[in-house]
Amino acid sequence: MATSRSLLMYLKCLKLSFLGCCMLIFSFLNTLVFVPSAGAQTFENLLAKHAPLIQRSSSKTVAPVLGEIVEFGGPVVQKFLSRWRSKDLYFLMESNQFAYTQDLGDDRIKLINVETGAAFATVTKASIKQIKPNSGVRAKISASLIPFLLASADPKERATSLDALARDFNESHLALLDAAITTETNAALKRRLERAYRFGLIGFGRDEDTVVAAIHELEGDLSLETRAVLNPLLADKLYVAATLPEGINLARRIIPGKTTKLTDGAAGRRSIIGGAPAELSVGAAYNMLVDAAISPALVSIEARNAALADAIKDGRIGVEKAAGLNNETARSAAYSRLVLNGSATKMVDKEAIQQAVDEAVFYAVYDNPSKKIVTAAQTTLASIEGQVNLYKAIDLLVDGLSLASICFLAAIGLAITFGVMGVINMAHGEFIMMGAYTGYVVQLFVPNYTLSLVVALPAAFAVTFAAGVVLERLVIRHLYKRPLETLLATFGISIALQQIAKNIFGTQARPLTSPDWLDGALAINDVLAISNIRIAIFVLGVVFLALLIFVMKRTRFGLDTRAVTQNPAMASSMGINPDRINMLTFGFGSGIAGIAGVAIGLFSKVTSELGSDYIVQSFMTVVVGGVGNIWGTLAGAALIGTLQKGIEWLNPSNTLAAQTYMIIFIILFIQFRPRGIVALKGRAAGD
Amino acid sequence: MAQPPIKNNGRLLDQTIFTKFLFCNPSIMIFLASLGLFTFGVTILCEGFGLGLISTSFVKTLGKTLCFCIIAIAMDLVWGYCGILSLGHFAFFGLGGYMIGMWLMFARTKLIVIEAAHNALLPPTPAEINDAVGAQIFGVVGGADIPLIWSFADLLWVQLILVVLVPGLLAFLFGWLAFRSRVNGVYLSILTQAMTLALSLYLFQNESGLRGNNGLSGLQYLPGLEDVPQEIISIWFFLGSAFALALCFLGAMVIVKSKLGNIIQGIRDNEARVRFLGYNVEGYKLFVFTITAIMAAIAGALYYPQAGIINPAELAPIASIYLAVWVAIGGRGRIYGAVIGAAFVSLVSSYFTGGQAPDIPLGFGVLRWTDWWLVLLGFSFVAVTLYAPNGIGGFFDRFNRSGDV
Repeated sequence: MATSRSLLMYLKCLKLSFLGCCMLIFSFLNTLVFVPSAGAQTFENLLAKHAPLIQRSSSKTVAPVLGEIVEFGGPVVQKFLSRWRSKDLYFLMESNQFAYTQDLGDDRIKLINVETGAAFATVTKASIKQIKPNSGVRAKISASLIPFLLASADPKERATSLDALARDFNESHLALLDAAITTETNAALKRRLERAYRFGLIGFGRDEDTVVAAIHELEGDLSLETRAVLNPLLADKLYVAATLPEGINLARRIIPGKTTKLTDGAAGRRSIIGGAPAELSVGAAYNMLVDAAISPALVSIEARNAALADAIKDGRIGVEKAAGLNNETARSAAYSRLVLNGSATKMVDKEAIQQAVDEAVFYAVYDNPSKKIVTAAQTTLASIEGQVNLYKAIDLLVDGLSLASICFLAAIGLAITFGVMGVINMAHGEFIMMGAYTGYVVQLFVPNYTLSLVVALPAAFAVTFAAGVVLERLVIRHLYKRPLETLLATFGISIALQQIAKNIFGTQARPLTSPDWLDGALAINDVLAISNIRIAIFVLGVVFLALLIFVMKRTRFGLDTRAVTQNPAMASSMGINPDRINMLTFGFGSGIAGIAGVAIGLFSKVTSELGSDYIVQSFMTVVVGGVGNIWGTLAGAALIGTLQKGIEWLNPSNTLAAQTYMIIFIILFIQFRPRGIVALKGRAAGD
Repeated sequence: MAQPPIKNNGRLLDQTIFTKFLFCNPSIMIFLASLGLFTFGVTILCEGFGLGLISTSFVKTLGKTLCFCIIAIAMDLVWGYCGILSLGHFAFFGLGGYMIGMWLMFARTKLIVIEAAHNALLPPTPAEINDAVGAQIFGVVGGADIPLIWSFADLLWVQLILVVLVPGLLAFLFGWLAFRSRVNGVYLSILTQAMTLALSLYLFQNESGLRGNNGLSGLQYLPGLEDVPQEIISIWFFLGSAFALALCFLGAMVIVKSKLGNIIQGIRDNEARVRFLGYNVEGYKLFVFTITAIMAAIAGALYYPQAGIINPAELAPIASIYLAVWVAIGGRGRIYGAVIGAAFVSLVSSYFTGGQAPDIPLGFGVLRWTDWWLVLLGFSFVAVTLYAPNGIGGFFDRFNRSGDV
């Protein structure tokens, strides 16, 4: 203990003497370089001058200090500021000096000079004080660092500094950005700098024409930031006056209860059926009149009722019984008697409100006083809006396509069994579920998600193929002549399978995690981003379509299947075994359901109810498309997918409603094409 | 040959012919007698009137089962006799429940609101009462306005008419559209299933004005009868359900045994042939579809005051498929078979899923009926379809001398 203390004393002495030497040298240098200015200083001196404020400052008091430090300039300042921000700065009380440190271990710390970067002493931790700026101060420091970082050699640092700058932009940054643009070599970064510069001009530009030019240059920029910069230019406020004043940047005149606000800020006439509600209701307009002290305040119904309740004495108001006040006319009459007595203020009736509102002028004025700027913002926003809508339409189409692919994948197996065998398989949804659970189980054993997916697809096919063949052999074979009973028997299978899955895997959802490369999205621009999983499912759908067409048109199995579809008896007499073909077809259709299950499981949770969510939709797809035809199913899926997304787009808040309307549409559609979009003709149509 | 069936029906209601009809069909007598005995027994043993051996909740279960029997009769008529496998009759059942539920909920809430406003200084105006009722009923779905479809919810007789009218009209409209374009077989089944799904999805939305997925609740309390205990109310509903079942059974038998019934069965067996004989097949189908929908709606209107709560999940397509399962297990094409099937399966289901059934210890684990009952039901249903297409009713066929089912 004693030895350590003596060591400390020794170190302090050493340090002081060293500091003294430094001081001497510095003062000497000062006299050499900055001879005329008495206040001229080294960085260290500057820091020493502001030491108390640097040590303990708030976001308010630190500003002038920061200003002076930044003015000093150079890499020394940048390093100091970033160390200060990251709480990596220390203060030595004795010498009124700041220093960086390097931990040498064993409670020994090397001190490094802030200005020269040279190590000058080794001390213990206890002898120095860490500077801990609060978050407000750190934000200020960050802002001050921006100019240094913008000039940094590292593009990444430049990019992050640009982000920081955009968050806290002020007028002084304009010149900085302008300078940075000319020196920037990275094209992408240059574009961003230019955009930030334009935003800055729009926000702080003094000259009307440069602002207008900057606004026009933003045309075709679909980012949310651009719209967020432009939209405030069109902000307006509502005013009321007796007459319309001159010399204002008028947005529109408002007729309460009649006009609406259009997107470009002009007034539109409210349509009688549907449409947007009026911008200003008569009631709200009257409230504005009251606020502007033009009209007397309203007496609300509640206030009237309260006044009436106050006036009741012994169950009567005057001579009248309170029990009779159980309707509006009686209450109004009683209140007007109170008004006559002088014990209440008169109510403003509807006609008076309407008249007062009609006599006043309501109008909206742009916050921005310049007409030119507002017009430029309007035209630019309109052109941006047009492009945004275009991309939204594309997005909707892509959405519809991916839903259509899901419909197709889920339904095509059903279509095969239904078309070839005339059998409705209510357990089809459970085969989808089986496929999804197969994928989940495979993931339990194969930890690599990509590999497990590669294993899961054929495994799901194999499992559901086997299940389908077993179902066909044990049940469906006996019911070929009774299609309605097949429906019921397979329903029995369906509830049993669902419950078995619930018993094995429990009721909670099981994850089927998609590999990382499926998680991202293909971002075209700020409006349109297509998630990889949607693309993958679309590709899977297309692959399956091609595969099915190949199997049906180019293989022996497909030929046999088509023959049995068209005429089982004739096919049988040609040496095809319909029994075998039926079994294989059913297995094939079920196998595809299994693969669809893996695909569906990737983007939705795997539960035992997974299948029943898709079964009705799959039936719809088959029925709408037309039975016994791959193209029919494709058409049905495309119709259902795009239609559902289209309806959702019309009423985005409500997917339930979209489903409802779509089913109603399908019911009506069946009226016109009872056999679906692609109907088999002639003998193949059966019946 | 092609006499209008309505005329025959009219004559059947004549007294002497009616008794003759009863004697020709002993199954009706047997059914009505056993139903009467059963009802009498339950009434004697219940808590409300009699010995108290049967708990009130079980009386309610029995009453609900009777309602299921009614809708099973409807299903048997439309499927077993007319060959239309409708997977949508539970939608009509639910709609009937909603219609009566609207009155039950509205009238009761209104009474509560008036009671609460009793001590207010100013007596409430009708508008204030309506506002309070609206806030009470629709508060859960974030609204306070009473939707337009509740306009008549205050009037019992209007809602009673709507019980018949709304499902009847829906069935008529749907049936007209579907039969007109000759949709039949499995296509029709899927279309009815789609209709059910659309209806239940619609009701799930708050915008439907029927409280979205909250549904209607508190239906077991009858407005104005707060003082009558549930023991008494339950037995009255039980008796009402039994009476309705008897009426529906009789009505169904009258339809089935008339010439109308013959044509309907003809349509089931060979639709084209009946059409070529000059009958308006679509008209007959539409009649059967609509009349059974109304039967289902009445059953629903009796069921939900006993269940106490209705929500859109009750209308899900799966319920209608279960209905088909009941009828198939009971035996199609014989009205009593449907009743037996519905009663048997729904009672056994509630026994097994209610947790009363003893678990079976196996060597490697315990077989819990609440988990495995549905598996058993599913597989036994497959077995019935495969090996006993006549269902339970098939056992009774040997006692049926005429053998004309």
